[in-house]
Formats: sequence, structure tokens, C-alpha cells
Amino acid sequence: MPVPVPPRHGGIAPCPGQIPMLAGVGLRPRHYADVLADPGQIAWVEVHPENYLCAGGPQHHYLTQVRERMPLSFHGVGLSLGGEERPDAAHLQRLRALAARYQPGLFSEHLAWSSHGGHYLNDLLPLPYTRENLARMIDHVGETQEALGRRILIENPSLYLAFEASEMPETAFLAELAARSGCGLLLDLNNVYVSCMNAGTDPLAYLASFPRAAVMEIHLAGHAPEFDRDGLPVLIDAHDRPVADPVWRLFARMVEHLPPVPVLIEWDSDLPDWPILLAEARRAQSIVDRVHERGGGRDVA
Amino acid sequence: MTSPDSLNSEAGFARALWDARLPRPAGVIGRAGRPAADRFDIHRNNIFASLTAALRARFPVVVRLVGEAFFADMAAIFIRRHPPVSPVIMEYGGAFAAFLKEFDAVGALPYLADIARLEWLRHLAAHGADAVPADLSPLARLAPSAMAELRFTLHPTATALSSAYPVASIWRANAVAPDLQPVLADSAGESVLIVRPHRQVLLLDLPPAGDVLIAALQEGRTLGDAAALAAARDLDFDLTLTLAALFRGGAITGFAPGHSSSN
Repeated sequence: MPVPVPPRHGGIAPCPGQIPMLAGVGLRPRHYADVLADPGQIAWVEVHPENYLCAGGPQHHYLTQVRERMPLSFHGVGLSLGGEERPDAAHLQRLRALAARYQPGLFSEHLAWSSHGGHYLNDLLPLPYTRENLARMIDHVGETQEALGRRILIENPSLYLAFEASEMPETAFLAELAARSGCGLLLDLNNVYVSCMNAGTDPLAYLASFPRAAVMEIHLAGHAPEFDRDGLPVLIDAHDRPVADPVWRLFARMVEHLPPVPVLIEWDSDLPDWPILLAEARRAQSIVDRVHERGGGRDVA
Repeated sequence: MTSPDSLNSEAGFARALWDARLPRPAGVIGRAGRPAADRFDIHRNNIFASLTAALRARFPVVVRLVGEAFFADMAAIFIRRHPPVSPVIMEYGGAFAAFLKEFDAVGALPYLADIARLEWLRHLAAHGADAVPADLSPLARLAPSAMAELRFTLHPTATALSSAYPVASIWRANAVAPDLQPVLADSAGESVLIVRPHRQVLLLDLPPAGDVLIAALQEGRTLGDAAALAAARDLDFDLTLTLAALFRGGAITGFAPGHSSSN
């Protein structure tokens, strides 16, 4: 079933692969031409590797050119590492081949599951934070890192519900996952905000207990405010609009308490024109620059 | 068969996501300890909305022919019967044409399944392997007898589709025209070549049995043998028109004299 990904004639002569400690954007086909027209505008980009698991076609044509000009990160959505079932070996091999071709500087996945019983549910689904699920996910992350031959990052999820069966807070689950599997963490501040608002908890308290030393990337994105059947607000992790002000404030606060890490703007549907997306990345960068000019961002707790 | 206990597990959670008739899992909570029935529905909605959007993008003329609302209802049934088996959503939807063929509610549109086949093949060609069309100018110097002995390598994205319905006419009319076009469903069937020589997927008309010639070439037969097979299938087979489509489509990436050993 796996489609082999042949190396392109001549292969890629990439520019350095390491993701710089600067703002990047999630790259969608709509913006290929904008990025290539003036690659100096953005420091790095991120893509979902699942969208490139094909033999050929325009997306490889453009991504190859992009990779020749800037570092690239892979943000996987399909490994279902939080699930009961082991990560799919054939899928891992396809990802490994794709990574060999594009040499991504970072490779991230999610604290979530999405496959069960041979079917893929195409959503990032929540799991109870139990000792048993933690032990299993440590194994899955370890297996993935071995198959890919590299360290991966795991992202905190957007939650709409919680489980009575949970035995520990999410931050403790992530801390132990990172400590015992050796993975890094991707701190998605929009997800923190969405989850905390949906649960009625305090995002600052969440961040105070987040294992900061393991953070290797930050995500920012927009969410959709909606209402549930009881008329109570519920935030949907829609990635379809600018980053919300409270999320910018969380970001400014976290930058002060973290060593420099790459930050990424995710915008995946209702895509804006390129200058609007670029302006979001510049806003993130200016917040980082302001903090570091003041000498902040170094007090790693 | 489904106890409340089994719902409070990954298997039960997954089952309840696929099937809205099942009770939502026990043990999930929403804001400040409130039950989270409609929070669970956010995930159900995410799954069906995202997969429906993928199918809509993949089968735009099917959407056009049945309408957005009907398509969404039909897609929900398809998704439940044929959930994705891989996290590569690009590969999802191959079973849609066969599903439409058996789906009674679209029985009045007998050509719909073939339109879906055409759109699926266009989708496969869009992401298939890249290859450079061959320079065919040396062929002009060949004697007709030498032409008959040629074996062609076709572009990896090249596929021929033959339908009892005028699929190409229906597809073109509805893919580009601003208003829904009258469907000439009584017209003769059509064969088409689908290929992506460069960035764009092309759709080229083939004469009757043109698809037979292409399939035979793909099996490695000589041009002469392939043409004989096509002519035997349909008296109206036209070799020149078929070759013209292959040439214009950049669908030939190599050729070799037939006497060289070939596997």
C-alpha cells in the first residue's frame, strides 16, 4: 500500500535545516507562490507531512523549491500516538522516507489519538490521563523516535471534554512523557487557552505547571468562539482567523519565561492573503524581540 | 452488544463517533464537571465535516450534479460505510464511484458513478509520479513498418477511461460552465485519456477503443499488436486520433524498437 517517494532528480540541495529561533508560518498550497516570490520575508515554514505522502505532483514541486530556500518543519497529525494501537509501521516508514528527502529541522506530533480498529478518524481525539495511557504513549513515542531516527516534539491538545478516569493533570502527563521518552514539547498557546476556557480553568495556572525546559517550539493560532446547547461559550480550535488577543497576551508572558524557541503561526482554513499571515508572524517576532531587548527570556525556571 | 462500560473505552468512543445513533460515551465531562454530550458532538462534527470537505474537493462535478446539500447527506453515508483506512487523506475516496453505482438515491443519474471515476482518476494523476514527456521528433523519420514494431513507455499518470455515457462532455460542461448544463445522457459513450505531463492534469478525447490501445501499450505490446487489439474491439477505432491524443498529452515518456527484448 505505501507509495514509495523517489528522490527527485538531483535531489534537494537544502539550505541549513535547523529551525531558527524566529517566527515562521504554517505553509498551505495557496501561499507557495508568495513564499517563493520573496523568501527573505519569512524565516521558516511548517507543513503536515501527510499532505506530501504522494509520488509526485505540484506540492512536491513547490515544497522542494521552498526547502531549497529556508528551513522546514514537519507537523504530523496522523500517528495516533495517544491511542491504544501501536503507531502504524508502514506509515512511519513513509514519513521516514519523506523526512530523508526534505530534511525537516523539527518533527512534531500530538498528545491525541486518531486511529482505531484500522480506521482513521481525521480528528485529534482526547484520552484519559491515566498511568496506563502514559506508559503506553511513552512506548509509542519511543517507537516513533526509533523508526524516524530522531527526537520528536509532542503538542498539548485543544480539549472540549475531560475524562472522569484521568489520574493526573495534562501538564504532569506531558512532563513525564518528555522525561521518560526523551521527546521535546510543542507548546500550543491557543490550545492552552481553548482547553482552559472550555474547562473553566486558568490558563496561567496551566502554564505555571507546564514543563518549560522541554519546550522546543511554540504554536499560535486563531479559534472560533461558539456556544453549546446550554448557551455557554465553547471555543473551537479552528485555525481559521487571526490569533486572539488573550492568546497574544499568554505568548508575551511565556516569552519572558522561556529561552528563545521558534514560534509558528498556524492558519489552516479560510486562508488569508499572504500579507495578513505574514503580519501575524511579524507580530509574534516583535513580541519576542521586545522581550529579548529588555534582557528577558533567559530565566529558565 | 454495546454495554455502557465498553463505551467508556477507546473502542466505544470510536464507535460512538462513527455512529450518531449510539449513546455518547459515559465518563466524559465538560465545563466544571457538567456532562459533555454536546462537547462529544464537536468531535463527531470535526470528523464528518473534514472528510466531507475532502470528498467535496475531490469530486466537484459530482457535487455540482447533485447539489451541495444532497452531496453532504450522501457523503455522510459513504463515510460511515467506508471510513478512511489511512491517515493520508489524499488517498481517501477511491471507493466513492463504486458506492455511487450501488446507491439507489442517485439511480436517476446513471452516469454519476462514471463521473466520480473520472474525478478520482484526475485526482490520482494530480499526485502521481512525475516524468518528462519524450521528444517524439525522431518518430517522423520511421517507416510505417518500423512504427508498428515500436513499444512505448507511457507517462506514469496516464490512464484511459471508457464509459457508456458521455462522461467527458458532462464533466467539461459542469466543471467550467457557470450554470448547470443540460446533460446529454443519451449521447454516445466516450473514452478519455487522463494524464499530467507537467503541472496540470489534462483530459483528452479518445476515439472508440482508444482505451484498449492504451491499455495494450501499458502492457508492453508493440504499437502494431495494440492497434490490432483495438481495431478488433471496435470497427471505429482510429489509430491516428489515439496517437494524436497521446502525443498532445505528453503521455509518452519513451519508445524503443520492438525487436529489442522486453519483459
